[in-house]
Formats: sequence, structure tokens, C-alpha cells
Amino acid sequence: MSANVETLERVVVRFAGDSGDGMQVTGNQFTNTAALFGNDVSTFPDYPAEIRAPAGSLPGVSGFQINFASLDIDTPGDEPDVLVAMNPAALKVNLSDLRPNGILIVSSDSFEEQDLKLAGYKSNPLTDHTLDGYRTIQVPLTTLTRRALEGLDMSRKSIDRCKNFFALGIMYYLYNRSLETTEKWLQKYFEKKPEVIEANRRALRGGYAYCEAVHLFQTTYQVDPAQLPPGRYRNISGNTALALGLLAASRQAKLDLFLASYPITPASDVLHTLSMYKRFGLFAFQAEDEIAAVCSAIGASYGGKIGVTATSGPGMALKTEGMGLAVMAELPLVIINMQRGGPSTGLPTKTEQADLFQAVLGRNGESPIPVVAASTPGDCFWVALEAVRLAIRFMTPVILLSDGYLANGAEPWPIPKAKDLPPIPVSFRTDVEGFHPYQRDPETLARPWAVPGTPGLEHRIGGLEKQNVTGNVNYEPANHELMVRLRNEKVANIANFIPEASVDGPASGKLLIVGWGSTRGAIRGAIRQLAAEGIAPAHVHLRHLHPFPRNLGEILKRYETVLVPELNLGQLAFLLRARFLVNARTLSKVQGKPFKSSEIADAVRAVWKE
Amino acid sequence: MATTEIGGLTKKDFVSDQEVRWCPGCGDYSILAAVQAVLPSLDIPREKYAFISGIGCSSRFPYYMNTYGFHTIHGRAPAVATGLKIARPELSVWVITGDGDALSIGGNHFIHLLRRNVDLKVLLFNNRIYGLTKGQYSPTSEVGKKTKSSPDGTVGSPFNPIALALGAGATFVARTVDVYPQHLKEILGRAARHRGTAFVEIYQNCNIFNDGAFKSITEKEIRNDAQVELLHGKPLVFGKNKDRGIRLADNGLEVVSIAGGDSPDLMVHDESRDNPSLAFELAQMEHPRQPIPIGVFRAVERPTFDREMNDQIARQIAERSPGDLDQLLNEGDVWDV
Repeated sequence: MSANVETLERVVVRFAGDSGDGMQVTGNQFTNTAALFGNDVSTFPDYPAEIRAPAGSLPGVSGFQINFASLDIDTPGDEPDVLVAMNPAALKVNLSDLRPNGILIVSSDSFEEQDLKLAGYKSNPLTDHTLDGYRTIQVPLTTLTRRALEGLDMSRKSIDRCKNFFALGIMYYLYNRSLETTEKWLQKYFEKKPEVIEANRRALRGGYAYCEAVHLFQTTYQVDPAQLPPGRYRNISGNTALALGLLAASRQAKLDLFLASYPITPASDVLHTLSMYKRFGLFAFQAEDEIAAVCSAIGASYGGKIGVTATSGPGMALKTEGMGLAVMAELPLVIINMQRGGPSTGLPTKTEQADLFQAVLGRNGESPIPVVAASTPGDCFWVALEAVRLAIRFMTPVILLSDGYLANGAEPWPIPKAKDLPPIPVSFRTDVEGFHPYQRDPETLARPWAVPGTPGLEHRIGGLEKQNVTGNVNYEPANHELMVRLRNEKVANIANFIPEASVDGPASGKLLIVGWGSTRGAIRGAIRQLAAEGIAPAHVHLRHLHPFPRNLGEILKRYETVLVPELNLGQLAFLLRARFLVNARTLSKVQGKPFKSSEIADAVRAVWKE
Repeated sequence: MATTEIGGLTKKDFVSDQEVRWCPGCGDYSILAAVQAVLPSLDIPREKYAFISGIGCSSRFPYYMNTYGFHTIHGRAPAVATGLKIARPELSVWVITGDGDALSIGGNHFIHLLRRNVDLKVLLFNNRIYGLTKGQYSPTSEVGKKTKSSPDGTVGSPFNPIALALGAGATFVARTVDVYPQHLKEILGRAARHRGTAFVEIYQNCNIFNDGAFKSITEKEIRNDAQVELLHGKPLVFGKNKDRGIRLADNGLEVVSIAGGDSPDLMVHDESRDNPSLAFELAQMEHPRQPIPIGVFRAVERPTFDREMNDQIARQIAERSPGDLDQLLNEGDVWDV
């Protein structure tokens, strides 16, 4: 360990390299080590849509940012304090984000003429003045990794693939971290490939030892454990939390889960994760297309299971008619949309919140569907439970909105106990006496769930308009209007069964920030920044987007200005204006990236000055 | 929960209280009557039946059955039915579809259903026309057909549903005709008893938009000459006087005369052949050059998708014990604060 150890409260590190350089695994290892050490962490993996874009090219750059701290943090951080750049392309794409005087670690032997050309550098940034203003540390990673792995019976290519772990070893040294978590992971993950374990361990230790041997850093840093509320924690990504939330819901409802999906980025992980948990009585069905996915889930719900389908924007478009059928048939169904940049194929691996209109409004006919949104990776667990609860209680499809940022991002998560989870009561209709397929529960307006196989309840449902109560096909004008209104009222009435919106900050005054989904961290981060300046906006973060909490309209009217930061062109603001006649203003960003806290803070300052 | 008396069911028990609204004279009536007549003989309680349909004239079928029924959306009945059958393997699930529904808008679901061999019964009412939308050509309309949407005649070849089903790996493939009630019932019974996807193409006359589409092969006076009935283990013989047969020649099937006691080596129909190539040859036979085969082209056993999915779950539970949520939530690296 070096002589000088400085203690910091928070650090933002970004690993950047070619998509074949293993940046995601490196970032995940650094994250797990920090989380197990007790830091609060927040991550932002950012990778290209191409599995392997041409090596060394700008589109092929993959990044992983992690914010780790001894205090409570909400986001992966606005700008990195440290950038690890594995090649010129990674440097070029990421350098402008590095904070002034930040630490830059570059793989210096990846800056040959050809590498520079691929990245579009006319001269070598290591020797011209491009890197002035940063604390640059050049490390010949490839050479050093080869040396560390000398004597191993491996191809040159396999050896070079270990240089990410050499870099990781350097970072562990810089932040005084133990190698234990990563070494344990290597043992477990490559159980059947001892040579891979050995190679990566040598690289990892090599990087660490190298720092010590050459006194690479005059100062190293320490970030103490955070003061998180007591409990047992794990590091969790949004997609994992979502999958676990669905399993928890299945347990709470005592019903099997039927997940039908078609592979799509960034939702496939939910299918992968749940496919491993068949022992929970879980059907994971990879359908032939998005339409078959939603329709088979409807079929399973009709059969008394919890039908779920997970997808992303283009898949949502294809499922639209199926969702309409579920509205008409009044069957429980959960449709999960991991939003990504659109329209069309758009930006498959980048985040966006532009599918809110699609969720709330995007179907033919008057077709109300409740919409809920997760706000942090860990929150995905709770929102999954809520979506299933609403679907079953109100016999309705429910749309759950997540996004690419939540799906892949991670944070420490206090692990709940199964016994503390809310119950999800289910009652199948079995009583033949007085049964009518569309007779509604007076409180919830839900129709009975009468599952095929139940004697005496044989009945027909379908997409044609139903006669009230009997469910028979009916084309009468007055009946149609009655049914349209009943379906609408059923969903609107859900507002009476969800928590009221709660305000963080002043109960009235100058400015209210209304957010939804994954902007929560950035908004809270902005509010923390602004507190020092005496600027104190209020914040409401919405989980329920349709219907809105019943007190929302009244809250909005208590503030002079309502500001809505969204990763779209103002969809929530539009809905708030339409619904409550308030002057909601939009703070927009559509770059495939989450908000920085500073961007929201700047917008708040501008309003505050008015 | 009491179950329905199985033995006591009659055709009447399967008739719903809804007024049937197909055009008078439609072939769908006889198919409905045949299904209602066959179900009581299957030893399955009424509540275990579910009829799932898509969109089109034929897809109104579930409303007229006093069973569970789901009239879904265009082309998607196989997908909805697949979800239901996986969720409830104990049910007898029937898919009612038409040529447009199954082969045009629902083509993808149709082939994947057959590939997977989900234990569903699929009745495809083939009338070679779009009826409910009032007379456009369908994917089974013959080349050159003039319809509202093809005033100059269609171009492009139609699908042969039997060949398509065989190509997709169907384990049970049969053809019957709306106006042959006995044959229809027999084939429906066979389909119902098959374990796996049972695909039945039913030639069905649309007397409004495509009247007489099958007249040239089904009229009483000519039908014995225009058709050959596939009977397992029997030589392929046809003709009013049983005087012609089908032989497998070097370049495919050929019609030969067996008049005067001549009995060249006629092809003996084997529906259980694992290799579907001969069934495919039969599917290619076209009137008037050759007789049209009716009956069961193929009936083989293969594991069913719904059963295998349920077995995987049962195996996981048996091998690894039922899932424990607390254990799962605490999986991986955890730490205490």
C-alpha cells in the first residue's frame, strides 16, 4: 500500500473499451466488490447494439460506469472521476465526460497507428496535448498482461483477453480493495476451466502488484462503507429484481406464473432468469413471435395462471391487438415494457421513456389499461408485485414500464423476507348458482375468474362487444356505451385502491418536480445538490401513471410551477396538462442516456430565478 | 366440486343457447352438428372442453358450443390455445379456424403449433375465400380466381394446407368434407383421440361467395371417381366400380387401372410411417388428373409440447425440491449492515 491514503466520500469510475474487451464483466466485478465492502453503489452499463462492432471502432465502444460512496447516492454519477480507456476509440468516445483533472488510465500499447486511425485520431493523443488537464497514467496493459501470464499454455488471443483483469487489479489497488470477491467469482464461474481461472487471477494479481512495484500512484484512495439502513443486502439489477418480483407475486398469489416472451433487447434477461426457476412452478415459454407471446399469456391467464409477457418498444407495438383482447376479455395479464430508444428499432441498447403514450393511450377503441412504472433497479421487484396484484384484483391487463437504464443498472438492495410480502388474494369462481361471466364485483367492478375445467360454468368470451352481465355477443348501441363506460370506470376506480402520492420537500410553494420511472435518482441527486444553495423544490415521483393517485391533482395546484423531467418530448407533462389543467413544463432529454443530476439542477435553478 | 356425469352426455348438452348465425346453407352447420355429435362419445366431461377460435365465419363456432369457449383475434387462436393447454394440460382444447385465419394472418402460429406438437385439435374450415369480409381471395384460392380483390384473376400459387402441415412436422394430418357427415365424424373422433396436434382440413362450401368450390369432387355422381379414401393398411383403390388404383412409380404416384382383375402392386396406405414423404406425395394429388385423397394422411406419435413443459417443471421440483423464495432472494453475494 502506498504511503498516502486519502479518504473520499464518493467516486465515479468508468471502464471503457472495445465490446470484446470485457468491460461489462470488469464493471460488474468492481461493483460487487464495492457493494460487499458496504459502499452504496449505482451503475450504468452502456454498450452498443452490435455484439462485436469492428474491433477498435467508435461504434464498438462499450462502457460501464459505477458510482460508489460512503454516503447515500441515487445515480451512477454525472461525470467520471476516473476513466479507464482500453483503446483510442474508448478514449475518444469518453474523454469529454471525464471531469477536469480527473484520473485517466490508458492502455498505452493499444495506441498503434492502426488503432489511432480506427478511432479517427489524426495524431496520437498520448503525445499531443489532448490529455492536458487530466492526470494521465499510461500503462502498457497488453505487454504487462502477457508477461504476467508467461508460461501458461494459452493462445496469444486468450492471453490478451485477460488484460481487463489486469486493469481491474490496478483499480483495486487504487481504491484499496481486496481481490477476494473477484477471485471467488472466478472460481465459481469458471469452475470447469481451471486454466481460465489461473490466467485471470494472474492478470488481476499482476495489475495489483504492478502498482506496488512501480509506485504507480502517489496517493491511493479509500471510500468507507455507507450508512445504509440495517438489514441484509445484495447487489441487484433491474431485470433480476423484476424476475424475482414476479416469482414473489406467484408465491403470494399461490398461482403458477406463465411467462411468454420473444427475445428482444433489453428484456431478454427476464426470460433467461425466469427460465432457471421452473422449480417455482414457472412456465417460461419462448414464443414464435411477440404476438404469440402475449396471446399465449392470455391463454394461460384464461386457464387460471398469471400470464406475463416481457418485451421492449417494437414488441409492444406488435402486442397491441392482444392487449385489446385482454381488455375486452377482462383477464389478468402483465405486460412488461423495457423501454428503449425509438421509434421503430431505434436504439436497442439505449434507454428512453418515450413509450408512455403508447402504454396509456396506444390502442384502438376506448381501451383502458392500468400503467405502473419502476423507479430504481430494486424497485422493479416491488412494482412487479404491484402489477400482478392489480391484474388479479381487477381482472385487467396491466402494463409495467421499466427501461434500459433500470434493466441493466444495479444498486444495493435490502432483501425482503418472504413472510413480510403483501398478500395477493385470488378467488376462482366455482359457484354455479347465479353465475354470469360479466357480472361485476360491486367494489372493484371486476368480473369473475371462471377457469375452464370448472363444472357448470361453461361460457364463452371473446373480442366482440359483450352484453352487460351475460357476456353474450351484443351490438346494441346503448349496451356498447354502457360497456365502454364500465371498462373505463373499472380502471379509473383503481385510484381508490392505490397509495396516494406523497411529496418530498415543501408541501406547497414555488416548484414541484414530478417524475416517473428511472429519473428518480437523477431528480433526488439534483435536489441534494440544490439544498446547499438554499433552493428547495418539492418532488413527487409517480409509480402509478394510469390511473394517477387520486390526490395528485390537488398536489399539483399547490405549486406555482410544475416541472416534469422526462426522457421523451413531454409525454407525462402532456397527460398532466390534459388531466388536471396545470401548466406543467417539460425538461426533455432524448439522447439514449439518463439525465445527469446537474442537468435537472440547472433547469430548477432557471425556474427558481424567474 | 362435482364433475359432470360423463356417460350421460348427449349431443344436446353441447348446444349453446345462442342462435346460430351462419348464412342458410353454409357448410359450417354440418361441421357444428358433427362436432356436437362426436364429443359425447369421447368420455370427457363437458367442462374439460375449450374451443378457441380466431376471426372469420368459422371462428364464431365457440359461441354455439355449450363448452368453454374463447373467440380471440385474427390468426392467433393457436397461440392462445397453446397457452391454455400448457396451463391446463387436462383440458381437451380445440382450435377452430379458416383458410385466411390459419394460413394467412396466422401462418406463423400455425406452423409453430405443428412443429411443437401441442396437444390441440385444429379444425381448418377451408372454403378458399374470405367470407366474413365478403369475398376476397384467400391463400387457398385457386390460381386465376376472380374475386372482389382480384377482378383480373389471382396470381401466385395457393397453399396446399395438407402439404404445409406435413412440411411443418404435423403428427396427425387428415382431410374430410362438410357434406360427408359420417366421414367427418369418423375423422373428428380420430383427431380427438390423437395425442399431439391433430390437424384436420375440412372442405367447406361457402354458398354465398364461393359456391360449389368443391362440387367437382364431391357431387354424388362423380365423387367416387374424383376421390380416393385413405384407409390405413389398405391398397389405394377408387372409382365407382373400384376399378382404379394408385401405384408408386419411379417418378411419383400414378393412377392405374385394375379392371379385369389386374392387380399391379398398388400402394398400401401406411399413416404411421415416420417419414412423411409418401404422405406428401399423396397431398400433391390434384383433380382432375388424379383423385383427391380424403382421410388420414399421417398419424404418428411424438412427445407433446404441453406435456414436456409440465414434465420439465415436475422434474426440477423432484430433483431440486420446490423453490424457496427466501433462499432465492438471498442467493449470491449478500452482506449485512
